[in-house]
Amino acid sequence: MSTRLSTGGRLIDRTAPQGFTFNGRPMRGYKGDTLAAALLANDQMLMGRSFKYHRPRGVVASGVEEPNALMNLGTGARLEPNQRATTTELFDGLIAASQNHWPSLDFDIGFLNNHAARLLPAGFYYKTFIHPRAFWKHVFEPIIRQSAGLGKAPTELDADRYEQAYAFCDVLVAGGGIAGLNAALSAATAGQRVILMEQSAHWGGRAPVDGATVQGQAAESWIAATLATLAAMPNVTLRLRTTVAGVYDHGYVLADERIADHTPGDGRPRQRLWRLRCGQIIAATGAIERPLAFAGNDIPGVMLASAVRDYVVNWAVSPGDRTVVVTNNDDAYLTAIALKEAGLEVPAILDARATATGDLPSRARAMGIRVETGKAIAKVKGGKRVTGVSVCVQAGEGAVLHDIACDAVAMSGGWSPVVHLYSHCGGKVVWNDALAAFVPDTARPPINHDGRPMVVCVGAAAGHFAADAVSPGGGVGTDGAISRDANPAQAIQPVWVMPQGAGIKLRSKMWLDYQNDVKVSDVQLAAREGYESVEHTKRYTTLGMATDQGKLSNINGLAVLAAALDVTIPQVGTTTFRPPYTPVTLGALAGEARGEIFQPLRRTPMHEIHEKAGAYFEPVGLWRRPYCFAQQGESHADAVAREVNNTRQAVGLLDASTLGKIVVKGPDAGRFLDMLYTGVMSTLPVGKCRYGLMCNEQGFLSDDGVVARLSEDTWLCHTTSGGADRIHGWMEDWLQCEWWDWQVYTANLTEQYAQIAVVGPNARKLLQDLGGMDVSREALPFMGWAEGSLAGFPVRVYRISFSGELSYEIAVPASHGAAFWAACVTAGKPYGAMPYGTEALHVMRAEKGFIMIGDETDGTVIPQDLGLGWAISKKKADYLGKRGQERTYLANPDRWTLVGFETLDGSVIPDGAYVITDGTNANGQRNTQGRVTSTYHSPTLNRGIAMGLLLHGTKRLGEVVQFNTVSGGTVSAKVVDPVFVDKDGVKQNV
Amino acid sequence: MSDPVSALGGAMFDGFARVREMGPVGMITLRAKPDAAGLEAAIRDCIGTEVPSRRAILHANGRAAGWMSPDEFLLIMPYGETESALARIATHMTGAHHLAVPVSDARAMFRIEGARADAVMMKLAPADLDALAPGELRRTRVAQVAAAFWRDGDGFTLVCFRSVARYAFDLLSVSARQGSDPGDRTRG
Repeated sequence: MSTRLSTGGRLIDRTAPQGFTFNGRPMRGYKGDTLAAALLANDQMLMGRSFKYHRPRGVVASGVEEPNALMNLGTGARLEPNQRATTTELFDGLIAASQNHWPSLDFDIGFLNNHAARLLPAGFYYKTFIHPRAFWKHVFEPIIRQSAGLGKAPTELDADRYEQAYAFCDVLVAGGGIAGLNAALSAATAGQRVILMEQSAHWGGRAPVDGATVQGQAAESWIAATLATLAAMPNVTLRLRTTVAGVYDHGYVLADERIADHTPGDGRPRQRLWRLRCGQIIAATGAIERPLAFAGNDIPGVMLASAVRDYVVNWAVSPGDRTVVVTNNDDAYLTAIALKEAGLEVPAILDARATATGDLPSRARAMGIRVETGKAIAKVKGGKRVTGVSVCVQAGEGAVLHDIACDAVAMSGGWSPVVHLYSHCGGKVVWNDALAAFVPDTARPPINHDGRPMVVCVGAAAGHFAADAVSPGGGVGTDGAISRDANPAQAIQPVWVMPQGAGIKLRSKMWLDYQNDVKVSDVQLAAREGYESVEHTKRYTTLGMATDQGKLSNINGLAVLAAALDVTIPQVGTTTFRPPYTPVTLGALAGEARGEIFQPLRRTPMHEIHEKAGAYFEPVGLWRRPYCFAQQGESHADAVAREVNNTRQAVGLLDASTLGKIVVKGPDAGRFLDMLYTGVMSTLPVGKCRYGLMCNEQGFLSDDGVVARLSEDTWLCHTTSGGADRIHGWMEDWLQCEWWDWQVYTANLTEQYAQIAVVGPNARKLLQDLGGMDVSREALPFMGWAEGSLAGFPVRVYRISFSGELSYEIAVPASHGAAFWAACVTAGKPYGAMPYGTEALHVMRAEKGFIMIGDETDGTVIPQDLGLGWAISKKKADYLGKRGQERTYLANPDRWTLVGFETLDGSVIPDGAYVITDGTNANGQRNTQGRVTSTYHSPTLNRGIAMGLLLHGTKRLGEVVQFNTVSGGTVSAKVVDPVFVDKDGVKQNV
Repeated sequence: MSDPVSALGGAMFDGFARVREMGPVGMITLRAKPDAAGLEAAIRDCIGTEVPSRRAILHANGRAAGWMSPDEFLLIMPYGETESALARIATHMTGAHHLAVPVSDARAMFRIEGARADAVMMKLAPADLDALAPGELRRTRVAQVAAAFWRDGDGFTLVCFRSVARYAFDLLSVSARQGSDPGDRTRG
């Protein structure tokens, strides 16, 4: 039985009991407990089921490397799956549930898989589900997905909030153990700006548990003193519960701070993602103990030796009365000593080495603990918990010498330095025989912009396991080259399979990857089947691919692979360490960007008025523009038809504020615009407007709009709503990078002005009623502009039309936009003025055969395709796109060109439909000879109209072609001129 | 004509810092090389300061001149002054290549105030606030939109585009909410 000891526990506060539930069962723990410690204190050894075989599993570790004790935490809007019990701080009211079992943790049907393990070898899915092909998608995959997976995905919106923050430092120290504290002190003393982050809720790492001495002081007091010094230094920032998750180029680092995981619902953000820019990163990330591969090493009660002493010393939790220690190094003796000092029994220490003569073995023997050298565990006895071990010789094949009854097994296969942060950005690791571990290769570190090492490992992460390696002033910039512990008495003897000659029966029960159920036999099978690369073996067996990303299993796995391939471990190498070090929740990655501020919504000055008017909005870039203003009981289609008819017959109001407005000024501005536009803008008279097209260098149409000449040296370029920022950037790009000696300045004034289009036969009357400037045909003719005032507002009025109607576009300072719109609405009442949205705008421009960037263009269309040759100057020596348009492919007379289409039955051609032609292509698809680009129901003509591109289009007027439809079948349409309404432009020119 | 209305009409939020939209403020974008003839006189006349040097903003009597790029300056003044300022710039800089346009209505301006104002900014802008020099104008972004800010009095003044004023205000407010101060250096 695991239980709480009556005394001790350096991290718990016995005066603060905390109630929690596990699978609905009420339990009690103390403030300072982890969930794993509290569960053990309640004798809950069984904490979950394994992924593939549904084997009963207990906690193995005490930190982030835990593969088994994964929980569903919380409920409803605060449910989160796959949380490690070992890093979850206990709080009053915590609700935890175990995962991956049905119907219950104690009795799990899926455990049947365990008895069929022989039928589920490595690569089982690949081998089994290949044929028949169609079955994968419809049969196999759904079933596998159903049976796989650990926790339950939440179904409610996350109740918590998250945020991000930026920080900058000269030195970031990752890890608040003694090596990290020491490194931070060194850097801070040298005057550097230091941030120290520790993933757990406590400083000092495992030195206090191990009873280490640091610089002549007991670890606890050294830690307290060093922390006090650091806290007093203004150039130091200390953060607990913050995991350095990833290192990226140029010293960019992501770290995840858990603020309110242990105080849910207290109003604080749950987590904060730090985005740091660091001069140098010191990885004081410690090391992770490795399991040993013996039969039954996954039975609940088998734990890492370091975890056992963590539970005893930190949380006063006994894993059982009798614990057998099994090891290949001296470190595990600390566990035996800690257990003995806590009054618990250690029936034996099974040491795989032939001799054990160091200080720790001597201390253990002096305490009366039996040490059996050259011995191993043949197998662990028990099902849902350990009942004993069978002992054998390590050198043999597993013949049982004798059994030892016990409640727990503490194992140590040595330590692996946590080199993740060193490796994230390209740092290499090298195998160290003396330590039997990969350590940072100081000759090949990740490099910063200046060629200096970006990450330096210190302490155990660098392979310096002894506390006395933490020397005053050490830590910063040390290259890890100081001699590693070479004390032969402490030397580890690599043990990858226990016993070394174990037969297949035992090897099939030796777990390497607990979470993904990968055993020694699986890796060996992969090797036999020809998998030589560790990366391939990983994917074939799923070794190290679970949420723990192989923190416990990888070294053991590749050692087994190396042995099976008869090569050395360095020859096999490691898989790649990738960020994040531990999982980062999606909420933290999204930060504040959710709900209203998921994305910046751009609002015009009239946005609120439109909202009140019941506008239905559509996104245009980041803008929200009214699509239509549906009235009570009206469908959107009805509303659009009404808006079109009302505008054509009376007068409509359009919020055109989103239109790009870029001022271009300077002695070379005319020359500049002549290069940017396909037409000539330099000859435009002051007071006049001209429509223009812009192409990219390849000749493809990029943007269009009306240009107004404001003065001798100043032009105003209107762009599309979505194109304003892009075109402004395009202009600046040419001015700054290519034509830097031209005297031209630009300014994007899109948002300075609200722009309102007053459109329709009554437009002039409306403006005349507003009063002010002369808007008569004579004073302000079509394609002219004038400045003045209307209803007392300072305005600039453009006589331009995108609808074919009499139309004024009125620019007014944005701060007056809402008031001016309201004035127009009021003045327009007698004339039947109604607002209209973007869809009516589109329909009206299509009725007039005006193209729309993004509809008629898609990046592969040139102005010539669209019949816009009239807007291209033949006289100019050059413009952007001219050379491109001369290329044979673009000058080809067989390009599809713009025409109008009228369906014979009056229906609307489906969006995206193709004009089909005879035969099929190489893929068996129907050949095409054109496609629709804009298609609408025209309220003016009361029939479907469309524009599109067609092979030799303009030469085929009158011909009937066939469009395919989404539902199958075709629709017949006549090829017509794309201008459907008022071909001569009489209405706009009044 | 009605009074000018800023994007948010002076909205305010009180958290561990105060966020406040400042209402209509006069602004002019002045593009010219720093050595353009008449530039110094124009800025002296309209704002009362010298030409700001790289990344600097200079203040005088509630007006300010900020350096935006090697050939762009931002002039800040009371809302009603822009028209006359533009006229005076035109006079001073006649014959010199320049561009001066009003941008008062194209922008929104915010104050982030209080002892912990830094903590609001550090959540939104990838700018090293400790490295912000006195009188430095920092062009950067807040979350997903462009912004410029400078330290002023007991906090910061921030400028962004008018169309995203609501987004910026919501961002600043959520970042200033009680209980979300990242805290002093040694919290944990």
